[in-house]
Amino acid sequence: MKRFSKQTRSAFINYGIIIIFFIVFQTLSATGSLGSSLKGQLIPICAYIIMALSLNLVVGISGELSLGHAGFMSVGAFTGVVVANSLSGTVTNGTLRLILALIIGAFVAAIAGIVIGIPVLRLRGDYLAIVTLAFGEIIKNVLNCLYVGLDDKGLHFSLKDEPSLHLNPGGRTILSGPMGALGITKLSTFFIGIVLILLVLFYIQNFVNSRPGRAIAAIRDNRIAAEACGIPVTKYKLMAFVTSAAMAGSAGALYALNYSTVVPKKFDFNTSILILVFVVLGGIGNLRGSIIAAALLTVLPELLRQFQDYRMLVYAIVLILVMLITNNEKAMVFIRSRIKKLYKLTRKEGV
Amino acid sequence: MLSYLINGISLGSVYAIIALGYTMVYGIAKMLNFAHGDVIMIGGYMAFCSTSYLGWPVIPSVLFAMTVCTMLGILIERLAYKPLRDASSLAVLITAIGVSYFLQNMALLIWSSNPKAFPNMVNLPNVVIGDIQISSVAIVTIIACIVIMIILTLFTTRTKLGKAMRAVSEDKGAAQLMGINVNATISMTFAIGSGLAAIAGVLLCTAYPTLMPTTGAMPGIKAFTAAVFGGIGSIPGAMLGGILLGIIEIFGKAYISTQLSDAIVFAVLIIVLIVKPTGLLGKKMAEKV
Repeated sequence: MKRFSKQTRSAFINYGIIIIFFIVFQTLSATGSLGSSLKGQLIPICAYIIMALSLNLVVGISGELSLGHAGFMSVGAFTGVVVANSLSGTVTNGTLRLILALIIGAFVAAIAGIVIGIPVLRLRGDYLAIVTLAFGEIIKNVLNCLYVGLDDKGLHFSLKDEPSLHLNPGGRTILSGPMGALGITKLSTFFIGIVLILLVLFYIQNFVNSRPGRAIAAIRDNRIAAEACGIPVTKYKLMAFVTSAAMAGSAGALYALNYSTVVPKKFDFNTSILILVFVVLGGIGNLRGSIIAAALLTVLPELLRQFQDYRMLVYAIVLILVMLITNNEKAMVFIRSRIKKLYKLTRKEGV
Repeated sequence: MLSYLINGISLGSVYAIIALGYTMVYGIAKMLNFAHGDVIMIGGYMAFCSTSYLGWPVIPSVLFAMTVCTMLGILIERLAYKPLRDASSLAVLITAIGVSYFLQNMALLIWSSNPKAFPNMVNLPNVVIGDIQISSVAIVTIIACIVIMIILTLFTTRTKLGKAMRAVSEDKGAAQLMGINVNATISMTFAIGSGLAAIAGVLLCTAYPTLMPTTGAMPGIKAFTAAVFGGIGSIPGAMLGGILLGIIEIFGKAYISTQLSDAIVFAVLIIVLIVKPTGLLGKKMAEKV
């Protein structure tokens, strides 16, 4: 182990966590000891982990607060649905169709990222946050009245209603405005989800230590100094933003192809915030923290089922308390000393 | 055309009152108080309960809603935000979101998710000028907005407390050295903002008479947009931003598309921010190197 640097070791621990997570849950669900509600959560957990990782690239590594990340997820989701649906006749292999949907979903989300990133990244701080929020709302609003249909002539788009698609007989509607996408064939698998997480993780972990990654960190730490060193600020910021958007797009496609119906309202401001909560609770810039926070907080509402109506209230209280405790130095010192004592005790017993 | 304009100004006045709360809190505590929208909702429910269940007349029930919201604002500040005074702005933001979830779910437990029909608080005849009919609710809203604006301006410029508020928002450290009680001033700002939110809640629910635990969320986001639009931290900016946003929304609904009206509002915001990155009346801060 000595041969590897600390960073490489940390990276391999992250891959290990994901793979162990996969093996444990795969065996659990194969032996049938996994509850059906938790089983249904596996793919959303994968999608949310990717969302948290990709947002961490913007918030943690690039240091910009984005409040509209769900917008990219929804672009990827609906693109993925349209792709998967239109290819259902030509590409019969489900996995291949899923992979194509993921790639094209990521690609279209990346284009949205470029369109949004160019104006947005000129702004700073809270203003940047509000504009990303605004873009997220615009995307939701437009998708809410977007109709897409398919017939033998190809795809038809409309922003008004279903009849104005002018579909030939035999055509079918894929997206119908606020109703969203109906009758999606479920393509996403837990395995593909895990592979996607590993890919995203691999990319981000290497990206951080690459030349652009270091440039982005330099811009985050001191924009003016970085600019003075000749780093093109806008280019690198845009690079992080667009990469993050593409990842969010693929997560969206993975998420949408797991359900039979998806509505645009699903990807609203609250979803953006939820993902931001994953990132902040996991520790800004800390990838492992994002993974754990995303997985735990997606399952938490399920685990709180026994509280029924109170579960979201408990969730809110947990959120506030965690923020208050982690930002209180005295409490943190106390917790750290407890952990150290516990660690020493277990070691003594081991010897 | 004119009736659209008046409707727009009336909706904008509500946004402006909410935006005032956002902008004052931002100016003084440098935090985005995402729970503000939910304080509006609580204000609406309070007024609803006191009129529908207790049968109180209009004025006392509005005052009751204001009192409850003011106390709620102080309580939230004391319990959730004060311990985070020196924490990173993201931590405060997430806490504010936690408070917002908390208030929404609290309301969900108490009043359930069924929409409540809000009683009409303004029982006055509509005004008819020529062939245009103007609803009395719109007029009352606009008047309330103007009165609040005047009182707030007088308060911040003429009174000692108002001066203290401006001093704290300009430079916290220096204000403290001058003997201003910074914590009390911040608490007071939250109190004023939340009291205004109660008024906004009553006006909003009178204009759109359905009350749900999520009622405050969207107007909250829009008012936040309005505050940024006018230049966050500036009181006249919040007023201007709110009213312009209301007018744009109503005209967008009337002439372009009902479904896309929110998208239009946000698109205008983005264009303004790209042209003038600190909002319409925002001060440009010189950057120290």
